Amino acid sequence: MNHSRSPGAAREPSPTQVLDATKRRSEAIMNTSTRHVVRGLGVACVAMLGLTACSSPGEDSPSSATPAEIQAALDEGGTITVWAWEPTLEQAAADFQAEYPAVEVELVNVGTGPDQYTAVQNAVSAGAGGPDVAQIEYFALGQFVVTEAVADLSGFGATELEELFSPGPWNAVSAADGVHALPMDSGPMALFYNQDVFEEHDVEVPTTWDEYLDAARALNEADPDVYITSDIGDAGLTTSLIWQAGGRPYDVDGTSVGIDFSDEGTARYIEIWQQLIDEDLLAPIDSWTDQWYQGMAQGTIATLATGAWMPANFESGVPSGAGSWRVAPLPQWEEGVDAGAENGGSGLTIPQASENKLLAYAFIDYVTTGAGVGARLDGGAFPATVADLESEEFLDAELDYFGGQQANQIFATAAADVADDWTYLPYQAYANSVFNDTVGQSYVSDLPLTEGLQRWQQSSRSYGADQGFDVQE
Amino acid sequence: MTSGNPTAPARRDRSSAAVRLRPQQPRQRSRTTRKPRRSVLLTVLTGLVLIYSLLPLFWLLINASKTPAGLFDSFGLWFGEDFALLDNIVATFTYDDGVFSRWLGNTLLYVVVGAGGATLLAVLGGYALAIFDFPGKRAVFAVVIGAVAVPGTALAVPTFLMFSQLGLTNTPWAVIIPSLISPFGLYLMWVFAAQAVPRDLLEAARIDGAGEIRSFLRVSLPLLAPGTVTVLLFTTVATWNNYFLPLIMIRDPDWFPLTLGLNSWNAQASTAGGEVVFHLVITGSLITIAPLIAAFLLLQRYWQSGLAAGSVKE
Repeated sequence: MNHSRSPGAAREPSPTQVLDATKRRSEAIMNTSTRHVVRGLGVACVAMLGLTACSSPGEDSPSSATPAEIQAALDEGGTITVWAWEPTLEQAAADFQAEYPAVEVELVNVGTGPDQYTAVQNAVSAGAGGPDVAQIEYFALGQFVVTEAVADLSGFGATELEELFSPGPWNAVSAADGVHALPMDSGPMALFYNQDVFEEHDVEVPTTWDEYLDAARALNEADPDVYITSDIGDAGLTTSLIWQAGGRPYDVDGTSVGIDFSDEGTARYIEIWQQLIDEDLLAPIDSWTDQWYQGMAQGTIATLATGAWMPANFESGVPSGAGSWRVAPLPQWEEGVDAGAENGGSGLTIPQASENKLLAYAFIDYVTTGAGVGARLDGGAFPATVADLESEEFLDAELDYFGGQQANQIFATAAADVADDWTYLPYQAYANSVFNDTVGQSYVSDLPLTEGLQRWQQSSRSYGADQGFDVQE
Repeated sequence: MTSGNPTAPARRDRSSAAVRLRPQQPRQRSRTTRKPRRSVLLTVLTGLVLIYSLLPLFWLLINASKTPAGLFDSFGLWFGEDFALLDNIVATFTYDDGVFSRWLGNTLLYVVVGAGGATLLAVLGGYALAIFDFPGKRAVFAVVIGAVAVPGTALAVPTFLMFSQLGLTNTPWAVIIPSLISPFGLYLMWVFAAQAVPRDLLEAARIDGAGEIRSFLRVSLPLLAPGTVTVLLFTTVATWNNYFLPLIMIRDPDWFPLTLGLNSWNAQASTAGGEVVFHLVITGSLITIAPLIAAFLLLQRYWQSGLAAGSVKE
């Protein structure tokens, strides 16, 4: 919320009158436009899985409380339902129940990513059957904030937690009008690379994206089966790399949305990626498929630029790559600059319809800032909390999978380097879903990447306008 | 069709015995006469189709025996270094507090109650429509034929909204109740009953003093067995493989059928921090199709005799 228009300096009459009038007017505008947007996103819910119209959230339970009131609620006990797919929460929830025996936590995995969001939206629209806590990825949070489906946590004291979290994830969960989730993990980006492959072909590990392009050529030339990485169009990767390159295509202020892929940062990204595409240096493999894991196991995919949560996935998905893979800082767009970006990561929200917000808040506080963090880190989660990112135990840990490398030091540096002025669209989940119809064309045809991004921009703009957002040209 | 004559069964027995004795020689003769008609092209085509349909199954069988690392390191269509099938089966049933067994139980529940109920309703309805005349029968016929033509997917959203209004979503009823309706099964039983139950036989039963229920249970039901098994097979397969309906109805993994559960395991591989369990997905899939194969093997002989019904004029 950097660009809120200042209401004061306009008319003649007395200052208070002006302020009141402006306030009333802006409230009115805010209300109608919010309602408009809510209705619009409701239609989006129907369109997304063809299920049901989402209406406004239902009844409220207290959305503010003092620590003493929360403690009283913990003593009194009750049951809360948590919808999340993150595996380390299981241990954290068990610990929480051990500490507060009166409270029962029902941890339910209702689906991963988009499935979960549909489930939450449906529960919101049904006004019942929803969870008390829901895991939502940072990029998708905007949709739930703008439809007021999740509670503002500042009433519980969440605003005071800012210092505890690293800037990337905190920026993702907070806005001028409140804090809508507590960061559970974060994904500062780094470059994972297969050391064996680089050594075999005698190629240097790139430190800039220019070198990355050269390495891609060298590897592919040495062995046509080896690609520097795989990419058939991944909205998350593209936006993250644009973020790192300094591009800020999204400008969001309440319901006013600007989308512009013609800035300098985006141009930097296009310059390198267009060459990778044109010279067929990217393996045509979709991320997260079995083929993808296979490519990383067999060394045909040599690097992966992604979030610091990846080690857990490496361990379970590419067990045979243990010892071969290493971590390096994310290549830079400009030599000598330390710019970072986030990829992935999610926070825990409390849906507005929750009937037990005090317990829900106590729980998410416990697993994101309290004793639950330790259990989750032991389980392989990547912290969003500064204290853990800076602790010696974390920094000095030698990761067996990466040949005993102290990779956390690279991740911690990356977390500190993240520029914290990035914003996603309030309907990023939709925008990402049409990425492959638009930008994806650049990967399979002669359509220039610039043109592909323009199409994505157009399609995101018109969707936003249809949903009642005030889309800036 | 035979008459209601009580000697008819005996005659049928004798003739069928004769049929069983006779074939030896004619069959050999027919083999020699057919030989020149064999088409290489047809054999090759059939062979290709056979390979095409069996290859995925073969792949599944092979890969269910591999460790997670072996899945990616070894050639897909042959065994890897380690044979881990048993380990995988144990892991499948114990992973995530043994939730797989729960899904298996759910699927069985949906199949037994849903497909079983659908078959029962189809038999009752089809029989009634075939045997009795009542006003509005043509309208029922039109509705049933129409219902056969509407794909289930098209009904999913209205069904969801309806169940949502009733407060039944996210309960097993949301899967069971829609599964109870099988327009195709009803139509099949209707046509079958019209062919397989001789009116004269029913007349005889009535004259002997049997009520409608008794004559249905004692006289007609045995005659309807092949059709019933056919419908049962269809509805069982449909319910066992049902994905879309539970997908939109059920949110609580405790009520997932196997199809949804396996998909949720598969989806774990595609998020940050999710545990990758492809080996469990593959082994779970193998376990999932095993009961269907067993059902087919057990029921197919009834089904075959059903397909042959009415093909011989007695």
